[in-house]
Amino acid sequence: MSHHALTIHQAQQKLRAREISAVELTQAVLTRIQETDERLHSYLTVCTEEALAQAEAADRTLANGATPPPLCGIPVALKDVILAQGVRATAGSKILEQFIAPYDATVTQRLKEAGAVIIGKVNCDEFAMGSSNENSAFTPCRNPWDTDRVPGGSSGGSAAAVAADQACAALGTDTGGSIRLPAAFCGVVGLKPTYGRVSRFGVVAYASSLDQVGPCTKDVRDCALLLDVIAGHDPRDSTSVNTPTPGYAAHLEQGLSGLRIGIPQEYFIEGMQPEVETAVREAIAHLQGLGAEIVSISLPHTEYAVATYYIIAMAEASSNLARYDGVRYGYRASEVEDLGALYQTTRAQGFGSEVKRRIALGAYVLSAGYYDAYYLKAQKVRTLIRQDFLRAFEACDMIATPVAPTTAFRLGEKLADPLTMYLSDIFTIAVNLAGLPGLSVPCGFDQHGLPVGLQLIGPPFEEEVLLRAGYAYERGHDWRTRKPPL
Amino acid sequence: MRVTPDEVRQVAALARLSFTEEELAELTQHFDTILTYVDKLGELQTDSVEPTAHAVAVSAPLRDDVVTNTPSAAQTDALLANAPSRKARFFRVPKIIE
Repeated sequence: MSHHALTIHQAQQKLRAREISAVELTQAVLTRIQETDERLHSYLTVCTEEALAQAEAADRTLANGATPPPLCGIPVALKDVILAQGVRATAGSKILEQFIAPYDATVTQRLKEAGAVIIGKVNCDEFAMGSSNENSAFTPCRNPWDTDRVPGGSSGGSAAAVAADQACAALGTDTGGSIRLPAAFCGVVGLKPTYGRVSRFGVVAYASSLDQVGPCTKDVRDCALLLDVIAGHDPRDSTSVNTPTPGYAAHLEQGLSGLRIGIPQEYFIEGMQPEVETAVREAIAHLQGLGAEIVSISLPHTEYAVATYYIIAMAEASSNLARYDGVRYGYRASEVEDLGALYQTTRAQGFGSEVKRRIALGAYVLSAGYYDAYYLKAQKVRTLIRQDFLRAFEACDMIATPVAPTTAFRLGEKLADPLTMYLSDIFTIAVNLAGLPGLSVPCGFDQHGLPVGLQLIGPPFEEEVLLRAGYAYERGHDWRTRKPPL
Repeated sequence: MRVTPDEVRQVAALARLSFTEEELAELTQHFDTILTYVDKLGELQTDSVEPTAHAVAVSAPLRDDVVTNTPSAAQTDALLANAPSRKARFFRVPKIIE
């Protein structure tokens, strides 16, 4: 097997046995990027020199003989909303095209402390707003399984890079499905951790009550390994929760016996692609065969999730993105007369149309006269959605659903109508509103050879049980041996 | 239409955004589609429901009021290097007082 195709745990073994060096591994991944990225556009910045220097340092650590840190010499890509000191961070936006991060995000710092090689910054929808990656201000990333199709969004570059072996693993962010949807569309594993499980310090904010950083990996074991590194309390993020992490990779093999898996009727809707439903139902049957008990549950407010999400996310976005004013960093419009014009022109020229749409709508739902009808109403429905889940978890230990109603769609297919695009997130969005962990695991292919994803949803801080189930499922299948035709 | 182009222009100005007439017409159309869709929340009776701001209960943790990060000259330079316009150790902006 070529070095670039290695998973984290495979590379770990080979690096520690000194069968390959970290520099060889990093070089193999850089070559793979060079050979494939003209077709995929996963990367916005490739950190060639820094990555090779980090790999050399990793080789020195590995030569020491002592136990190396967990990700020593492993090439990991970062979604371009996550800061890495000294490296450009665009958030997929023209307004940050020249922005050089002055410090590391906490997750980046943790990766570096774990010995990882930061291989580059990957493509995403502008400010993580989108379901297809087509809102990238630079160029849309493509799906490695069919380059006429989208990789999903907003962490499309993270999923595409991992699927195409352009990185051993990647980090993404998930506000309404932005890790799980691309993971499903690209046939890789993606996890949105519980809100508060992973620090958001140094991550460009979109909707702060929903945003969460998570791993995008080639298999479930890698997902657990990466979560072990990034999870945990951070005093620099006041929403980060101070509860211990259980050691996710250590508990993978505990099996499913006695576990109750809830199947919500509201997640198997008319109009979904029949092959998706078949693949997901087969996956559920497989989990049952492994000892899980299947129970029928109801999440009655599911149909209100998309509307609730967009009101809350747009409101938070309009507030968060007020900081892009052309004064302290980022793009500034030239030839403006006064400060008011400086703000307006800078923002009109610097932001793309979806970002402006969300900021404007967010300002509208927060404005006097509409606040109660939209924003407060959405926050109340958010309570109902969260209660649905908490009630469901009295009858089951986790919930299994499809990640999306279809496999990857074509570029341009949903661009004209924002609402159609928003509905791509119909099965992922409620998880963010309720602050729960959600795992996306590949569970088959449709007739066009496009991957299908199974979503496992857990109670707060129960990532461990999701990973255990995902791992048990994955071991019984060989989806992972199929590679995109690149 | 639920909103007029003028109302959209007004709210855009509040958000420090400006649009061409053509963009405004399209945005007004999108406002209409999206606001009509989110109206479905009106089907739910929520008078006695408490709003949720954060799914996980968060408190505002306090720390001692001491300086924890005295920036080095290099760090200050790295921050200022991102300024679109600067003079010495200051950000430059257009004149705001006549």
